[in-house]
Amino acid sequence: MSSTILELHNVSKIYGNLKALADINLSVNAGDWLSIMGPSGSGKTTMINIIGCMDTPSVGSVILDGVDISKENAASLTRIRRDKIGLIFQQFHLISYLTAVENVMVAQYYHSMPDEEEAMEALAKVGLADRARHLPAQLSGGEQQRVCIARALINSPQILLGDEPTGNLDEENEGIVVDIFRRLHEEGVTIIVVTHDPEVGDVAQRKIVLEHGRIVDDIDQSATFGEALKLKSNVSV
Amino acid sequence: MANRHGSRRRMYWRMVSSSLIRRASRLIIAVLAIAIGATILSGLVTIYYDIPDQLGREFRSYGANLIVLPGGEEKITPTTLARLREIIGESRIVGMAPYRYQTVKINEQPYIIAGTDLAQAEKNSPFWYVEGRWGNVQDTSSVMVGHEIAETLGLNLGDNFMVQGVRYGEQAEASGQNLSALENQKRDLARQNFHRTFTVCGIVTTGGAEEGFIFADIDMLDELIGDTYRADAVECSVVADAAELSAISARIEAEIPGLMPRAVRRLTQSQDIVLGKLQALVLLVTAVVLIITMISVYTTMMAMVAERRREIALKKALGAENRLVMSELLGEGVLLGFIGGAMGVYLGFEFAQRVSLNVFGRAINFQAALIPATIAMFIAITVLASIIPVRKVMDIHPAIVLKGE
Repeated sequence: MSSTILELHNVSKIYGNLKALADINLSVNAGDWLSIMGPSGSGKTTMINIIGCMDTPSVGSVILDGVDISKENAASLTRIRRDKIGLIFQQFHLISYLTAVENVMVAQYYHSMPDEEEAMEALAKVGLADRARHLPAQLSGGEQQRVCIARALINSPQILLGDEPTGNLDEENEGIVVDIFRRLHEEGVTIIVVTHDPEVGDVAQRKIVLEHGRIVDDIDQSATFGEALKLKSNVSV
Repeated sequence: MANRHGSRRRMYWRMVSSSLIRRASRLIIAVLAIAIGATILSGLVTIYYDIPDQLGREFRSYGANLIVLPGGEEKITPTTLARLREIIGESRIVGMAPYRYQTVKINEQPYIIAGTDLAQAEKNSPFWYVEGRWGNVQDTSSVMVGHEIAETLGLNLGDNFMVQGVRYGEQAEASGQNLSALENQKRDLARQNFHRTFTVCGIVTTGGAEEGFIFADIDMLDELIGDTYRADAVECSVVADAAELSAISARIEAEIPGLMPRAVRRLTQSQDIVLGKLQALVLLVTAVVLIITMISVYTTMMAMVAERRREIALKKALGAENRLVMSELLGEGVLLGFIGGAMGVYLGFEFAQRVSLNVFGRAINFQAALIPATIAMFIAITVLASIIPVRKVMDIHPAIVLKGE
């Protein structure tokens, strides 16, 4: 029986007259792989920002690992984000003047203590051991995203959040990233991915669809999960 | 725990130095701004501290600024002269010329011959106009005569003339009115008298009392009059301002009783006024340079923070607290200040050296204390100028900045 790692209760986010999120209720179990889909402006990024402790809801509560984060101040949210969340971005957001391994170590540095050996292992896990001393500009898009994943995982977060993690990748690299997610899921990592891409959305264990800030569909894909994964992760790392 | 802190510190400097090294092309303007500021500042400070010395030496071309006279009947001996040198300090002395004045007769008319150390007198009085050349210790039969004497006696360069006088300690005999000129001359050439023929090697024009003297080597004069070295006065050209000169005078009075040191106030006061104005000017320029450097660093850091908004947002998204991100940017400021300051120390000395050589014609001494002082000052300036830009970090919201792609 999996424990609940994340709960959203009647969460709304209101900007003036605009309701970016409207009365969202969601529960995610530890080890789940959830994809959030929906058209532009549907509230996907707002939702992931709230889950990722980079924003707070206007109404409702967000319980992350038993703690209501909706009322926390900015400093507490930073601390919670550092300890519990691993972030993967569409634009990779690597620090241009640091090598791949240094980019991974930055997350360690802000979390606790930098450990180059451990950072190298994380890079090896995403197949980039031989590219560890390269600067981001010397890496392909797929390689940069894998560094980003290694950085997100280095502090063993409770939830891995991906905001369009394959949005800037070609099909081959998309497959590599999905395969990494598959392995992480097997290891029990909770993954929440926002995506436009139906193929990436379909490989998740569960998929929710947002429209105008509301969840309009919540699909359990457990039955087709394995098959979709086999098709998608056609390139092994 | 110590290892943990060590590891974090190493990572901190790794990030800070990587940012500077790998973004060198973007930071070159900031480094140049700091280096130029540090160059001008350290150069001006070097000049500021060297001006009193340089200007003091420059003012020495206007003549001696300290005259030492014997208090009573006692004259100044070589031992006293050596002690004077010791008290004043060899490094401060531009020239120190003892003078012995002796009345002599030329063509039966009285004149004064001033025996001195001609080399030192030349150092003391570079403003004298000497037609011909200065006399020297190697050629004691040549003397310099004042312009007034040369005119009176009709002397030109290379002319010979004879001086006569009474040896030291002897009584002069008055010319016998009943004696013939030949007999009087014989008497003058007698044992108690001296006579010697000199050649005019230089004619001195100063516009002052010096034009009425004959200048000869003091040792030769002593020998001529048959006495040991005894000076009537010592003229000193000393590198010192009015206060220092007063202190030196007081020390001479205290340590060598019987001597009367007299500072030439007109000279020392003028020197102090010019020096004060120059130093005020240097301070003003230094303050302006500091302000300009701070503005330059401020705008560069402001641009740097704006340019790196995404990176800062990312660091905050990864869990960095504001103070950590700010400390990294300030760390970069410290390194920039260090590099710029170090460059400035070297270039500043070169700058000061060139200014000194061109303006004063002399090299300056390197002030070792300027190395840490300049570097520390520019680290402080850079950090100070970076505070407001770096505080902008607090306004950066990761969700907004990272979303804005």
